[in-house]
Amino acid sequence: MSDVCIVGVGIHPFGRTDSLSGLDQGVFAVREALGDAGVDWKDIQFAYGSSDAAGNPDTMVERLGLTGVQFINVRNGCAAGGSALFSAQMAIKSGEFDLGLAVGFDKHPRGAFNALPAEYNLPDWYGEAGYMVTTQFFAAKIMRYMHMFGISREALGRVAEKAFRNGAHAPHAWRRVPVGIDEILNAPMVSDPYSKFMFCSPAEGGVALILASEKKAHALGKPLIRLKAATMRTRPPHSFEVFSPSIDVVADDRAPRGTATRIASADAFRAAGIGPADIHIAQLQDTEAGAEIMHMAENGFCADGEQERWLAEGQTEIGGRLPVNTDGGCLACGEPIGASGLRQVYENVVQLRGDGGGRQVPGNPKTAYSHVYGAPGVSAVTILER
Amino acid sequence: MRAIAEGLFTHEWPPRLIGGRERLTGRMVFPCPAGDGYEPVALTSEGTVWSWTVQRFRPKSPPYGGPDSFAPWIVAYVELAGQVIVEARLVHVDPDAVRIDMPVRLAPVPLDPAADDPVMIPAFEPLGDEV
Repeated sequence: MSDVCIVGVGIHPFGRTDSLSGLDQGVFAVREALGDAGVDWKDIQFAYGSSDAAGNPDTMVERLGLTGVQFINVRNGCAAGGSALFSAQMAIKSGEFDLGLAVGFDKHPRGAFNALPAEYNLPDWYGEAGYMVTTQFFAAKIMRYMHMFGISREALGRVAEKAFRNGAHAPHAWRRVPVGIDEILNAPMVSDPYSKFMFCSPAEGGVALILASEKKAHALGKPLIRLKAATMRTRPPHSFEVFSPSIDVVADDRAPRGTATRIASADAFRAAGIGPADIHIAQLQDTEAGAEIMHMAENGFCADGEQERWLAEGQTEIGGRLPVNTDGGCLACGEPIGASGLRQVYENVVQLRGDGGGRQVPGNPKTAYSHVYGAPGVSAVTILER
Repeated sequence: MRAIAEGLFTHEWPPRLIGGRERLTGRMVFPCPAGDGYEPVALTSEGTVWSWTVQRFRPKSPPYGGPDSFAPWIVAYVELAGQVIVEARLVHVDPDAVRIDMPVRLAPVPLDPAADDPVMIPAFEPLGDEV
């Protein structure tokens, strides 16, 4: 089976763009990606599009051209973008197609996500009592993790500080002004232990990736960025997820619980035939500062508790042992659900090409990892290799 | 006592929470889902804090049904040993004094203390000196 290569990338800057719909931002990204790949829309044989709140992606054919292209919409919670990419690579791996598109975009209202109990098969009283608030879950999860593995609140601050510092160098990031760690730690608390700088915000944006078979990529004359693995997995028993009125008791609760992330990550490493120590750059889901910390361990990059030292020593900085969230991640870019996972892959392609400018990881990186996690206990991972 | 929903509390004093044991697997959940697949079980009233946070802003309405005036409240996951970990308010304690593993007991509170006929929601309070 031939490798699948990413031959073109495009992005509409994340954040708030009042004048453009979510779909417009997706179209913008597709045009940029087509130009980057040096192909025309009519050359695209298939597309997978993801959007959670900004309409059906396939309607963009009206803007891009009515070529009759196969266009499948993907809606899969926070793993929507990763699911679109997984599906796109399978279409090429199968031999059915050799040039296609994965696109994701979104546009969410301001403020916290406003979920209703019925959408999650929960009783109405759960929402009336005030529990349909995603931030409660994230805060309760890190609160226990900090207790179990000795993670300090300063470590949370360091993650946020790094995000804004990296975001300052990423043209597509939303928050591009560095914020000092004292300001982060002393900012108003949203949900303890998280201050307002430690949560990402729902946002807008669009990302497009052009995928090609290895043969087609050679013909296009593009540098070969290989998609060595793309996995999407759901949660195992006993995991702790958003909007949980109850959690299972387990015999040994001093060990970390299983997660969708652990499964997706292990599968991706198996598919790629490499291990965590072989990864040069990682984009890890950072819905909040603690998520990045927990996901460092869940994806196998360090042991639980080691993050405290890694962060104090700057090991996840641009010049560190394993640069994490080189464009500032969700904390600096915000989270348009349908586009967020594809932004991570976009950033990895930029880094592997050496086009990262002020945020470029030194040392000519050859491998890059991306990881998404979200409601309702879904995760998607990719591994790229140059 | 008027509960926020039927089937959450037992009709006794003091009330207990009602969980649901899945008949097929024995797994316990809260609240007890409707249908034949789950057997209602009165849960133990004492447990320990598994994790917690503070809700510092007023949740959006709908779905939130609390009063317009807002004061932060603590939301906790309380482990009822050998049964299930339930999500509930933690009351009669300052956030600075909350500790994971601290012992607590069930103490339902009104969703809106100022209401004429308030509905009661699941809550726990510390056992011992903190009260």
